Amino acid sequence: MSTLVQPHPFDVETKPNYLNVDYGWKSWLFTTDHKRIALLYLFSITAFFFVGGGFAVAMRVNLLFPDGLFDHDTYNKMFTMHGVIMVFFFLVPSIPATLGNFLIPIMVGSRDLAFPRINLLSWYIYIVAGIFTLGAVVRGGVDTGWTFYAPFSTTYSNTHVILAATGVFISGFSSILTGLNFIVTIHKMRCPGMTWSRLPLFVWSHYATSLIQVLGTPVIAITLVLLGLERVLHAGIFDPNLGGDPILFQHLFWFYSHPAVYIMILPGMAVISELVACFSRKAVFGYAFVAFSSLGIAVLSFVVWGHHLFVSGQSMYASMVFSFLSMAVAVPSAIKVFNWTATMFRGSISWDTPMLYAFGFIGLFTIGGLTGLFLATMAVDVHVTDTYFVIAHFHYVMVGGMVMAYMGGLHFWFPKITGRLYPETWAKFAALVIFVGFNLTFFPQFILGYLGMPRRYATYAVEFHTLNVMSTAGASILGLGYILPMIYFAWAWRKGPLSPQNPWKAKGLEWEQSPTPPPTFNFDHPPVVTEPAYNYAGDEEEVTHG
Amino acid sequence: MADSETAVAVHPPGLQHHFDDSAQQLESSTLGMWVFLVTEIMFFGGMFASYTIYRNLFPEAFASTSHYMNVTIGAINTGVLICSSLTMVLAVRAAQLGRKNAIILFLVLTLILGLVFLSLKYVEYHEKWEDHHIPGPGFQYADPRYFHQAQILFYLYFAMTGMHAIHMIVGAGLLCTLIGMAVRNRFSAEWYTPVEMIGLYWHFVDIVWIFLFPLLYLIGHTS
Repeated sequence: MSTLVQPHPFDVETKPNYLNVDYGWKSWLFTTDHKRIALLYLFSITAFFFVGGGFAVAMRVNLLFPDGLFDHDTYNKMFTMHGVIMVFFFLVPSIPATLGNFLIPIMVGSRDLAFPRINLLSWYIYIVAGIFTLGAVVRGGVDTGWTFYAPFSTTYSNTHVILAATGVFISGFSSILTGLNFIVTIHKMRCPGMTWSRLPLFVWSHYATSLIQVLGTPVIAITLVLLGLERVLHAGIFDPNLGGDPILFQHLFWFYSHPAVYIMILPGMAVISELVACFSRKAVFGYAFVAFSSLGIAVLSFVVWGHHLFVSGQSMYASMVFSFLSMAVAVPSAIKVFNWTATMFRGSISWDTPMLYAFGFIGLFTIGGLTGLFLATMAVDVHVTDTYFVIAHFHYVMVGGMVMAYMGGLHFWFPKITGRLYPETWAKFAALVIFVGFNLTFFPQFILGYLGMPRRYATYAVEFHTLNVMSTAGASILGLGYILPMIYFAWAWRKGPLSPQNPWKAKGLEWEQSPTPPPTFNFDHPPVVTEPAYNYAGDEEEVTHG
Repeated sequence: MADSETAVAVHPPGLQHHFDDSAQQLESSTLGMWVFLVTEIMFFGGMFASYTIYRNLFPEAFASTSHYMNVTIGAINTGVLICSSLTMVLAVRAAQLGRKNAIILFLVLTLILGLVFLSLKYVEYHEKWEDHHIPGPGFQYADPRYFHQAQILFYLYFAMTGMHAIHMIVGAGLLCTLIGMAVRNRFSAEWYTPVEMIGLYWHFVDIVWIFLFPLLYLIGHTS
């Protein structure tokens, strides 16, 4: 019976694809195939995700008790390593380096990225950077917070700041090279008929992301160089005791690190545009608005960094301008949310797992985004600066938004990547667990922050106990929710039922014209595009006329 | 894949498998190089921003430090780099015309000028070392009013010129690679992309120096 449902594995292997062309370890470590590099990234990023998640679990365990469990220095190191690893080694590379790397050449109809060897180089740079940072962990950790604020990081901290900063410095080049590769590929490698106005919104969002990576990342690189030199020389460039200005460090740091949060969220928006269109069977409402809102976010992202410095001693007038601009960046984000919602309106919505994650994204990102407006309001920000309100806000965007989109994207393109289907029931169950666990973890933190519990403290007042216990309970559920997909993805990759070329009946070159899984050069025949993106209406007409 | 093999009947030199033709490949390389140079501008931009801020905070201290800069060597080095840009352009021109010996000649001249620059830079750094103008525990400054502020300027001086010198060293290494490729007859009038790309890089590094020289050596020098 099972042989009827599922062809013999031998038949599968007869058609050459990018996975079965070669099995040797050299064919992976020296590959220039963007799809294999995407998988190298996928596995390394997943490893870092669980390392960073481990630190988060340790923090939540510590916060089960008002007096804490670990000593305070250990706790400082745990939140620092959680932040450094999650920001620089998971969130920044996550969707671009895995799904983006895999899909962008196929979506624009190319055989590979413009610079395949640079693509491989970026993965090696990422791994070297990871070794430095994990080296800092193994040798005892860092306690500065992921923001490396001077002069604490340059003068007073006696932990392995230089080692960790070197890791972050190196990882930046991996990010720059990925962005550079995407920009050139999207400009120069599009197939016949793939005009700019027919590009999937996934590609538009990644184009905007790449612009930020290319323009922002060099600034954090030089900032960390100045930081490292200052730590060695103690010349005082960021030390007020020696005539220097610590605010300058914060300006330089956030000039990258605020745009960096858009490096993290724009690829999430990229995935959601694809999911919403496919599972509503409709073209994305207002294609041009969604495409240009990505570019709008990229531009505005560079002029809002000062909202991190409202209480740092920045000029009040500068703060007023930054406050206004930070509210302005909500406009393109809101355009996207409204347009996704309008896409779903009167669509024929199906409740497959990727769409569940898309629903989760839209709701949670909206909460995260709107609380960002609270923080952009100067008077409110003074009240909640450095409290759990801020923590909850950016976790709603980063975990509730970005990680939800990442999970949705992984489920959506899992058949494309592996050629097999994942178990839908388990996947729906895991999506539900993640949604519940996430909200239980982070919603209490909004209340905690509003009530005044400061971030980065190992202990807290007794009246915050109940909410902290709720948050830790949620974190346990969330952790389970992330382990479940690991298990059924691993199972489905080996034993899952074979996928047809286009299991979702989705639009786009990667589903319609590229075999599943794709061959090394992505297409059996040179692709040609003859219709706009998301032409789901065209299908319906064919059906009615047929 | 059988289709693509028949389609590409004549394989042009240097064409990689994933490009349709040499023109697409050259356009991609050129765009990639310009995007890379934009990242370099942002990289140096962080230091230029810091310089601007501190110069506005401490104008007198910065004016006093410029007396300790060796303007003669700085000016000579500026001339050396401008000449090296010229020889680099001539190397690219020779590559376009497919004249192998001229490529090698001009690349070697560019390399020599680059090394002259680095040697003079070493002389300057050595002077700073002897004057105890290296920021850090051993730093000394004649005017006690400006001790801390001058130290910040010298910090920026070493960071900016040091980062520039590192780019020069990388450029010298790239020139050596190019010379090796030219000797092995790798370039032709149809394919000389690496010469052109590294030429762009070399000009960029020169232009950074054109900004560094007046900002670090000349401003406040006469006052």
